[in-house]
Amino acid sequence: MSADARLLARARCKACWFMAAVAVLVVASFWSLDLKWSEFLAPDALGKMAQFLAGFFPPETAPAFLLKTWGALLETLAMSALGTLLAALLGLAVALPAARTHAGDPARLRPLARLLLNALRSVPELVWAALLLISAGLGPFPGTLALALHTTGVLGRLFAESIENATPGPADALRVRGVGEARVFLYATLPQVWPQVVSYTLYRWENNIRAAAVLGVVGAGGLGQMLSYHLGLFQMRETCTVLLGMIALVGLVDALSFLARRLLER
Amino acid sequence: MPALALPAGRVPRDPAWLSRVGLAVLAVVLLWPMLVWTEFKPWELFDARSLKSTAKFLKDFVPPRHDAEFLQLMLVQTWRTVAIATAGLTLAFAVAVPLALVSTARLSISSLSGPMATAPYLLRQGARWAAIVLRSIPELVWALLFVRVVGLGPTSGVIAIGIAYGGMLGKVYAEILESGDAQPTQALLRNGAGRLQSFFYGTLPQSSTELVSYTVYRWECAIRSSVVLGFVGAGGLGQELDNASKMFAGAEVATILIIFMLLVALADRLSSWLRKELG
Amino acid sequence: MAPTLAHHLQLDALSVRHPAARGATLALDSVNLRVAPGEVLAVIGPSGAGKTTLLQAIACAMAPVAGHVELMGALPWALPRAELHRLRGRLFLAPQVPPLPPRQRVVTAVLAGRLPQWGLAASLRSLFYPRDIAAAQQALQRFDLADKLFERVDRLSGGERQRVGLARALVSKAELLLIDEPLSALDPTRAAQAIATLCDAARDSGATLVTTLHQVEVARSRFARIVALRDGRLAFDLPAAQVSDARLRELYADHEDELTADYAGAAPWVDAVPADPVVQPATCR
Repeated sequence: MSADARLLARARCKACWFMAAVAVLVVASFWSLDLKWSEFLAPDALGKMAQFLAGFFPPETAPAFLLKTWGALLETLAMSALGTLLAALLGLAVALPAARTHAGDPARLRPLARLLLNALRSVPELVWAALLLISAGLGPFPGTLALALHTTGVLGRLFAESIENATPGPADALRVRGVGEARVFLYATLPQVWPQVVSYTLYRWENNIRAAAVLGVVGAGGLGQMLSYHLGLFQMRETCTVLLGMIALVGLVDALSFLARRLLER
Repeated sequence: MPALALPAGRVPRDPAWLSRVGLAVLAVVLLWPMLVWTEFKPWELFDARSLKSTAKFLKDFVPPRHDAEFLQLMLVQTWRTVAIATAGLTLAFAVAVPLALVSTARLSISSLSGPMATAPYLLRQGARWAAIVLRSIPELVWALLFVRVVGLGPTSGVIAIGIAYGGMLGKVYAEILESGDAQPTQALLRNGAGRLQSFFYGTLPQSSTELVSYTVYRWECAIRSSVVLGFVGAGGLGQELDNASKMFAGAEVATILIIFMLLVALADRLSSWLRKELG
Repeated sequence: MAPTLAHHLQLDALSVRHPAARGATLALDSVNLRVAPGEVLAVIGPSGAGKTTLLQAIACAMAPVAGHVELMGALPWALPRAELHRLRGRLFLAPQVPPLPPRQRVVTAVLAGRLPQWGLAASLRSLFYPRDIAAAQQALQRFDLADKLFERVDRLSGGERQRVGLARALVSKAELLLIDEPLSALDPTRAAQAIATLCDAARDSGATLVTTLHQVEVARSRFARIVALRDGRLAFDLPAAQVSDARLRELYADHEDELTADYAGAAPWVDAVPADPVVQPATCR
């Protein structure tokens, strides 16, 4: 066999090993979990599901309830917007030490800053919210902070990469004249990375509205808290209204973010 | 130096000034209600009562709980988390593959000789929208709903991940399939090969690495989702964390957080290695 | 109009427009053609004359805006879609750029020509272990490529890939072979071998062969019948002996450089640039 054919054989071997490992993992996973197949494979399962789904309609439309849902919707919207805004500010603040701004930059804080950003983003928002409840109690405040912390990690890393990829010319020109780093950033680097900063922030807002909608499940307010509450009381019609509110809100924010990004690209 | 052509004595005003002021006013007008609605009172973090409970909680972090019995329990729960993620992703794959195959325009026979016919077009759009709907609803909401049907336990978590990730995978699989060269697939279809045949001989060979890479990446995300779903009763590390934080057990929370970060880092490393090997 | 069996292929006043083209410019304008079963003919003409479009129209890859197509005893555009697809299985269209997935092995790429005759299960099994290696080897042998049987397509040169595409045609057992510019990436020796192989294979299996050629001399020397297109219209349809130099000069007026190109062929080989990966995930959502 030629060298190429041997390489091909080895690649196929690798693929076979990979498939085998995946198969083992999948089988072990299904086997070790006590999954309630009977709930789905029982003859009346479909009937039960249909009954369950039927309980959702028609959605609750009493004016008092709609008003409450509207309030929760605004709360969720505010959580996501404020959380993303805070994250953008904090993210920029941490991105500076996390980026090697120019070739001669010692960047002593870089590993530490990167570690911080990684830690912030690897913990999901919900986990942050559950932990922050201890300090901040129930309500939308811990939710906002949780979103801000997680998103700081995400945005901080993206911003740091943008700063490192910015063309060095304008910044070097200022540095050469002895201008301090903070002012170099404000006058040279930030104007360059600004479009990316805004674009990433808007994109994260789209993600965060989904996160904000469910944070309430642990008590962080907004539509999530209403959803958990009414679902726990088996009040399906109210739950349906809340779900529709969530879908509408997510759609609205997606559209706004898309429009804003389009506007800024012009 | 050439003289500026200005009317004598007039210094021009900054033309952007007005719009900037306007934007600032708008920002304040929007910001104020947001601060109110989110009950944004950062000083409350530092009031006496909350400071005391936070301090005690954080103090318990050191040292994290590390007795053998607890660690053993955590190991089992870590496996449960991974198992829920893997089972969920397998279900998602089973949902995504038909969704992607139905929604991709690559395998369209009617468009071989002109614009796509109406019925196939509607079917494809329908599949696309189904994927979008499935992924729009957060997996936590799916889990909450399914807990009502199947009770607490890993089943609701597996199904929730299966449905939400199924939509995600379905949409991205379709995009990956359509990003490759259309010529091999079209040539086979034009010469009378069946749709699935053309898929396996023409489309898949080009996209297989990217498909696998994305799926492995999503598995890593599923592990994080699985932890989150633990908070609504799906079991695993998430449920342990929920219990520990509700009992203000700082030492246990610290251990679980450390285990979680190690798990995520390990999964991340494994996933990048796999993606490099298979690329 | 009842289909007649005397002709394998019949075009009546066929007019075709490119789907993307705006305005009234027709890619083919009232083309008439009758081909008997088992005939072998070459289509020549300057660039933009509509040669590729003609093959695509015959292969039912383009719906006519006017006129009729009759193919192997059937009216393809009157058939229900499933029937039309079965009809497609009886013809073979080889585009100028071989439609081979880069990471596929040559043996699989060649055997893909058999897909219309294989069921789905057999096709899948053949992906793991090729079903009819002998047939693929024989076809490749006729193009001097038998040693590349298990190589990956992207390790072959442009000329080798083109010959693999032709080998697929040989393996396909089609009744109607439509080959677009089979010689564009081949040097003179290989080109001579390839065209001889194609014509022999068509004759042996009784298939009808219609091939477009840029190399006018090859057309005149190897083909008994030559069809010429210019600006989408049929310029002439004559036995090769009657195609004089004067006619050729008239056909290629304003495109003289193509007339003298001979084996230089059409567009140079361009490797497809691999697309950027679709998803660059940075976070989990």
